[in-house]
Amino acid sequence: MEMTNNQFFLTSVEKFVRWAQKSSIWPLTFGLACCAIEMMNLVSPRYDMAQFGAEVFRSTPRQADLMIVSGRLSNKMVPVIEQVYRQMPDPKWVVAMGACASSGGIFDNYAIVQGVDEVLPVDIYVPGCPPSPDAVIYAVLKLREAIASGQAHGGVMRA
Amino acid sequence: MLKALAKGMGTTLRMLLRRKPTIRYPYVKKERSARFRGRHELRRYENGLEMCIGCELCQVACPAAAITVMPAENDPARPNSPGERYAWKYEIDMLRCIFCGLCEEACPTEALHLTREFELADFSRQSLIFGRDRLVNKHTSPFKVPHHVYPDYHGWRPVHESEAEHAPAAESGAPASSAQASERGAARSEEAQPA
Repeated sequence: MEMTNNQFFLTSVEKFVRWAQKSSIWPLTFGLACCAIEMMNLVSPRYDMAQFGAEVFRSTPRQADLMIVSGRLSNKMVPVIEQVYRQMPDPKWVVAMGACASSGGIFDNYAIVQGVDEVLPVDIYVPGCPPSPDAVIYAVLKLREAIASGQAHGGVMRA
Repeated sequence: MLKALAKGMGTTLRMLLRRKPTIRYPYVKKERSARFRGRHELRRYENGLEMCIGCELCQVACPAAAITVMPAENDPARPNSPGERYAWKYEIDMLRCIFCGLCEEACPTEALHLTREFELADFSRQSLIFGRDRLVNKHTSPFKVPHHVYPDYHGWRPVHESEAEHAPAAESGAPASSAQASERGAARSEEAQPA
């Protein structure tokens, strides 16, 4: 409370932390459906997402910062995705990739969750069926800008 | 061992000299084919009238139920489209849309067109429901209004009145009616100014 008059140090640290966060968003290997095929292309030499700091897809949630929900989420999968999301360390971000992950797409039925934002706090939505890899890179770049400006904090799970 | 090392480094050197396969995406965008289906647009005729006549066929054709069309009747003094109706409300939920192009195929006036734009990601679901403001083109297209397709429209009238008007024209024969038609065409080109 004493420091309210002089926050230069704290804001600089926060800026540095945001820069560090946006420069190393490592995605999680979490393919659900056909969008995952396009997601694989992200780290291929053609679309090389490593140039934006999303270096490698980590196979364990403990080492990942970004969950790309690629594909339709069935009701049976909900407990799994919630557990995986909880296992990711804060801060963490979620990209809803494609029509099914964002809104259910053409699968408006009893088995499919109508958008992952019903169970996870989604940061950015990517339309497309499936979105091309550069559309996803566009979303990641937009998310990076949001992290740098402090708009995307890396959500906390809804209680 | 040295031989194997040299062989390995030789491969590295060869790959180093090869053309890089990476597309430097935000700076260089990949060339899309003409058939690529991205964001929708509603085109305009060359005189500024909207091509969409609010027939709702795209809404029926959409397998994802992403399109909502609510038509309204044109004001004959300031028409939005050459037909009787226009799309008063036109919404496409980009997140539902699977970009299959069935709406484009269903469109009888070729108003709906899928562009090559693919950068659509956004932070909320609400902002990705595109309305008329983001779908209807600001610029016109080279298409001309097909006057032979659209009947004259002077606003809604009871059916018996319009029947009474058409009855003498049918009796008077072909030359008179064609003269009348050209007159009507002239009248329409006057009223078909951009709204």
